[in-house]
Amino acid sequence: MTEAKTEFEPKIVAFLCNWCAYAGADLAGVSRIQYPPTVRIIRVMCSGRVDPVFILEAFKDGADGVLVAGCHLPSDCHYLTGNFKAQRRVLLLKEVLKQFGIEPERLRLEWVSASEGDRFATVIKDMTNEIKKLGPNSLRTEGGN
Amino acid sequence: MEKLKFAFYWAASCGGCEIAVLDINEKILDVTKQADIVFWPVAMDVKYKDVEAMPDKSIDVCFFNGSVRNSENEKMAKLLRKKSKILVAFGSCAHEGCIPGLANLHDRQEVFRKVYMDCPSVKNESHAVPAPSVKVKEGELHLPEFYDTVKTLGQTVEVDYVLPGCPPPVDLIVKAVEAIATNKLPPKGSVLAPNKSVCDECPRKREKKRISKVYRVYEKPPEPELCLLEQGILCMGPATRAGCGAQCLKVDMPCTGCGGSCPGEMEQGAAMMSALASILGVDEEKQEGYDPQKLISQVKDPVGTFYRYSLPASILRRRVKKE
Repeated sequence: MTEAKTEFEPKIVAFLCNWCAYAGADLAGVSRIQYPPTVRIIRVMCSGRVDPVFILEAFKDGADGVLVAGCHLPSDCHYLTGNFKAQRRVLLLKEVLKQFGIEPERLRLEWVSASEGDRFATVIKDMTNEIKKLGPNSLRTEGGN
Repeated sequence: MEKLKFAFYWAASCGGCEIAVLDINEKILDVTKQADIVFWPVAMDVKYKDVEAMPDKSIDVCFFNGSVRNSENEKMAKLLRKKSKILVAFGSCAHEGCIPGLANLHDRQEVFRKVYMDCPSVKNESHAVPAPSVKVKEGELHLPEFYDTVKTLGQTVEVDYVLPGCPPPVDLIVKAVEAIATNKLPPKGSVLAPNKSVCDECPRKREKKRISKVYRVYEKPPEPELCLLEQGILCMGPATRAGCGAQCLKVDMPCTGCGGSCPGEMEQGAAMMSALASILGVDEEKQEGYDPQKLISQVKDPVGTFYRYSLPASILRRRVKKE
């Protein structure tokens, strides 16, 4: 067997809300829109349900990127304001990640509606490219103690 | 009845926990009635080799304060674990890492450079920093090795009980000692403090649970009876375990989180981030000109605020190390 140098394939954990982003991802699938197989989707009821603990655990366990996606601002949220809470939570966590030495670009927040299958695919393509540039999560490669 | 044997030890700590033991005042006499103190470096002249000579499990209860930051701390943690029937992580340092744990935002090199070279009050022309061993003409001298990462006691050896707080409140210490003396300890692994948050013990009134601006303590004299968080002063109460009787809140100071994470919570920092994000800017979010980034930027030093006492016990434990 020859030792082939494989290109770095990022692992992205995506928390998608049940009402918009997950439906958007589903639409991307049934519409057969192509996007990179880098994403592992976890469905949650609302982007506001995503506890910072979920995101920190994902990074600790070696995720190269974490996507949180929900319904569009200001008025699409099924629970009225869950998306606003998610937005502030993610912004706050990005500041914390900076201090922990993790590039804040690895955490991304996007709004994807149920009709935006193409947008979901674009988001994944974009994010995959950006994380490829950043390289693997250092917690994955060096353990980070 | 034969008297119990107690030991007290301090690792990487400030000494405040030792004072807390004395703060139980005349009750210390009850303690000495029930127990002999066999090891207490801050108060008694007992050498490490004396502890090594004790039979295994001969100490009934060891109260260990301080985090594990160097090889001496680690050695003593392992030794006292071996010699003690019950090991209690005493105080926030042993429990979750506390203030010494904030050094986990840096590494050994950075800490040494700051402390031994860059600090304005230090004159160190030869750039000497502590090394594990050094040769002098009389022979070789040894110092404990300073680690890159501060660990909690529980990350080093198995811990039976935790007494949280910086330092643990007198009331909790007295209750713990009584529970030990009367053999009424809860199941192993328990935190010897109430299963509720500081807010549950706080006498202040909570009304609307939404804020528009974050104030630092010096920026605003607080209203005497209203919840500090509702006044915009960052208070860790919602994410911190009770047991202190909300002492700080009673003198107009916000909780800074020394009680550690609430029961069932994975980490204190994430819990507080979540809580704050839920109430900050609720009134403004659907108005023109709402700028969440501006709101969040009001929180200065987020790790130092949300993880002040719990960085080594958090999910990520330390700043990522890069080669």
